[in-house]
Amino acid sequence: MTVSFLILAALTIAGTAAAMSLRNLIHCVLTLTLGFVGLAMLYLQLGAQFVGFTQILVYVGAVAILAVFAIMMTQSVGPHVQPALSSFWVPGSVVASAVFAVLAWAICSGATSVRTPPQHDVSVNQIGDALMHKFALPLEIMGLLLTAALIGAVILAMPEKKGEQ
Amino acid sequence: MVFASLFAVTTILERKGLGRFQNRYGPNRVGPYGLLQPLADGLKSLTKEDIVPRSADKVVHLLAPLILVTAAFLGYAVLPIGRNMVAVNLDAGVLYFFAAGSIVEVSIFMAGWSSANKYSLLGAMRAIAQMISYEVPLILSAIVVIMAAGSLSTVTIVEQQAGYTGIFPHWYVFTPWGFAGFVLFMIAATAESNRSPFDLPEGESEIIAGYYIEYSGFKFALFFLGEYLGMFATSGLAITLFLGGWAAPFSFLTWIPSYLWFFLKLLTLIAAFIWARGTFPRLRMDQLMGLAWKFMLPMTLLNIFTAGVWHFMPTGISRWLVCTFLIVAPWMLLSRGLKQRKKLQVRTYRFAE
Amino acid sequence: MNPLTGYLLLSALLFSIGLAGALTRRNAILVLIGIELLLNAANLNFIAFWRYGPNPAALTGIMFTIFSISVAAAEAAVGLGFILAVYRHVKTTDLDQMNSMKG
Repeated sequence: MTVSFLILAALTIAGTAAAMSLRNLIHCVLTLTLGFVGLAMLYLQLGAQFVGFTQILVYVGAVAILAVFAIMMTQSVGPHVQPALSSFWVPGSVVASAVFAVLAWAICSGATSVRTPPQHDVSVNQIGDALMHKFALPLEIMGLLLTAALIGAVILAMPEKKGEQ
Repeated sequence: MVFASLFAVTTILERKGLGRFQNRYGPNRVGPYGLLQPLADGLKSLTKEDIVPRSADKVVHLLAPLILVTAAFLGYAVLPIGRNMVAVNLDAGVLYFFAAGSIVEVSIFMAGWSSANKYSLLGAMRAIAQMISYEVPLILSAIVVIMAAGSLSTVTIVEQQAGYTGIFPHWYVFTPWGFAGFVLFMIAATAESNRSPFDLPEGESEIIAGYYIEYSGFKFALFFLGEYLGMFATSGLAITLFLGGWAAPFSFLTWIPSYLWFFLKLLTLIAAFIWARGTFPRLRMDQLMGLAWKFMLPMTLLNIFTAGVWHFMPTGISRWLVCTFLIVAPWMLLSRGLKQRKKLQVRTYRFAE
Repeated sequence: MNPLTGYLLLSALLFSIGLAGALTRRNAILVLIGIELLLNAANLNFIAFWRYGPNPAALTGIMFTIFSISVAAAEAAVGLGFILAVYRHVKTTDLDQMNSMKG
């Protein structure tokens, strides 16, 4: 539990907790971006360079921008905002706390060895090799999935044509 | 530090250069031939009053230029400026550079939204749409080099280009796919830095300054600095990927220090950027998006295919011919197919006397 | 307490924060963001087990995470397109008002 892990963990938790509890939606997305950057730095600390940079490139550079565009286009910010919490917020938060309690109990009761394996330096060459040989089928399926998602998102967001006069 | 002083030099070069392109003198009052203009500009931006709109979001308004400059500076960590002169030799260096570049988009949105101004929000949306659209050809045209070099590390990519056959260097720009990749990379880099002819988001004749309308004084200077630093960083990456990094162009010139070659190439690319700014008219938004998705994306994908063909054909004149044909033919077909049929008149020029 | 437990607890905390947000917020976009947080917490779990697990040379954790990031990005795009399409009909993103199929 090094100091850097504690700082990064605090940063990530602060960012995500703020993202889920702020009223102004744009502030939510901006603090969420901070949480994503904290997570990316945690990946870098664990030695997964490729995943860390991909996290920033995809999540910060694309998903956050997408969320912001959606907020702008649905006009969810402005003077006529709705109340922040849904009408079922009490059961929701009880369930979430219960989930955290069960997970924390499971983690702490399963902690066994204190031996830390040595850092395994993975190069991007190995990741590419694995993607092309061992994980070739998931890669192709991912390509199909992304194409389907692209076409689907475009069709969903296209303005509807007016009927024939 | 070096790049910050390069920024000061570039502002004066740009204004005088643009002035000459537009058949007028640039600034020539401050100092001999106007060369001390950056000092005057710096003093002005430091002492101007910092105005923040009343309904603006203060924290986000302050953070946006800071994040922009930080992200722009972060990209320099993986550029090899000379032999054994790279700040961090990351295994995934090129990916780190693109990740640092994608943080800029968030900061542009923060700048545009926090100003509580319709025009700045509109400019920010345009800028983000443009940057996201051009990030795809940018990364795809860099993938060609990564394929050829076999590594994402910038140091390895430069070392792969360090040999000489006779006196000619092995730079990737001297291959058909490398040349096409270089041209596509530079076009996408111009669009990524919101420079002319892609500067609709900051079009000075349309929405005044786009997403940084409401910024004054030092924060405006930070935005300016961030934009130019982004331009230098992408030029530096283009030099690393295509132009051989710190390698000398001819084998008998290797006695000149490596960092001098890097800076000479950087200055050449900056001059090319200024030249493009002074020459081309601004692209409209739909032309800009059409160029990215309909022209550059297919060209970069075909470029990747051509690089694969180059790798597997035996060395000789045949692979030059095949690869050149594989790039030129789609280029002609695409540009003929996408052209709008308009009759253009013969242009006449009039010069100021 | 070894480092692996620390990462797992952080991942569990992020998971429950995302779950709380997805269950209690009224705006549909924030529910989607909560789902993204759930996926991110799972990614952190994968990478922590890859690092401190028995066989890091198999790269399984990294592969899972790469595919998970791609799937999450695709799902965010489709989900937000969906919210836009629904907004065009009912002119609101308030989830409590979308109860026309109730009862």
